[in-house]
Amino acid sequence: MERVPILRIGDVLLVSIQIDLQDHIALQLQDDLSQRIVDTGAKGVLIDISALEIVDSFVGRMISTTAAVSRVLDAETVVVGMQPAVAITLVELGLTLQGVRTALDVDRGLALLAQRTGGAATLLAQDDDQPGD
Amino acid sequence: MTSPATETVPHAVQSDADVVRVRQAVRDLAVSAKLSLVDQTKLVTATSELARNTLVYGGGGEVRAALVERAGRIGIEIVFSDDGPGIPDVDLALTDGWTSGSGMGLGLSGTKRLVDEFEIDTAPGAGTRVRILKWKR
Repeated sequence: MERVPILRIGDVLLVSIQIDLQDHIALQLQDDLSQRIVDTGAKGVLIDISALEIVDSFVGRMISTTAAVSRVLDAETVVVGMQPAVAITLVELGLTLQGVRTALDVDRGLALLAQRTGGAATLLAQDDDQPGD
Repeated sequence: MTSPATETVPHAVQSDADVVRVRQAVRDLAVSAKLSLVDQTKLVTATSELARNTLVYGGGGEVRAALVERAGRIGIEIVFSDDGPGIPDVDLALTDGWTSGSGMGLGLSGTKRLVDEFEIDTAPGAGTRVRILKWKR
């Protein structure tokens, strides 16, 4: 079955959704992420949705639920890369992704997670801040 | 009513994969009609919501999408139909924030805001037919 891959970088789980999500694949991702948080003890989850052309109520709910479940499992979720047209549509549809932290891009998302985790997110964020080092 | 300029073949909606296919077909139509990116996104999102309703509540059905021209304006009209149980209280279903028991879908009010025309024809036991239209600005 088609699955969205989850990468682990230190304390952070990184997901980049690159396919047009079928509902059951979105649900599978939600389950997989919860399991990986428990298995790895990850402190942060970064979900990149820059390739998503739409976020409908189903995917919106998947994101909100994932963030809520992560929080219960002691991990912070940041959603990054939402396209402006997607953001406008989401708000008009009535979804505000309450309780979900967002950042404009992966760099900013990692920086946000670095405030909370001490692992790879911090290192990656520092690397990015000081490219000349 | 509208005069369809190009009628596409109906898309069957019987699975998650069909919902994705319908979204892509509507996206292609919206691009060919040169809708703005925001309007494309709104229309495809509305399509996704309604096609899911057709699948989940209607027990499957079909979707027809067509480019229409009326009074010199170009738009895209999409009709979602199923032979499911129908909606007993349409006014309630159109209330903002209303969701059905299983919590899928946002209710129809959010979807209605994404399009220019929204028409629903349903009765208990008689299936549901929803027509939406979005004009090129």
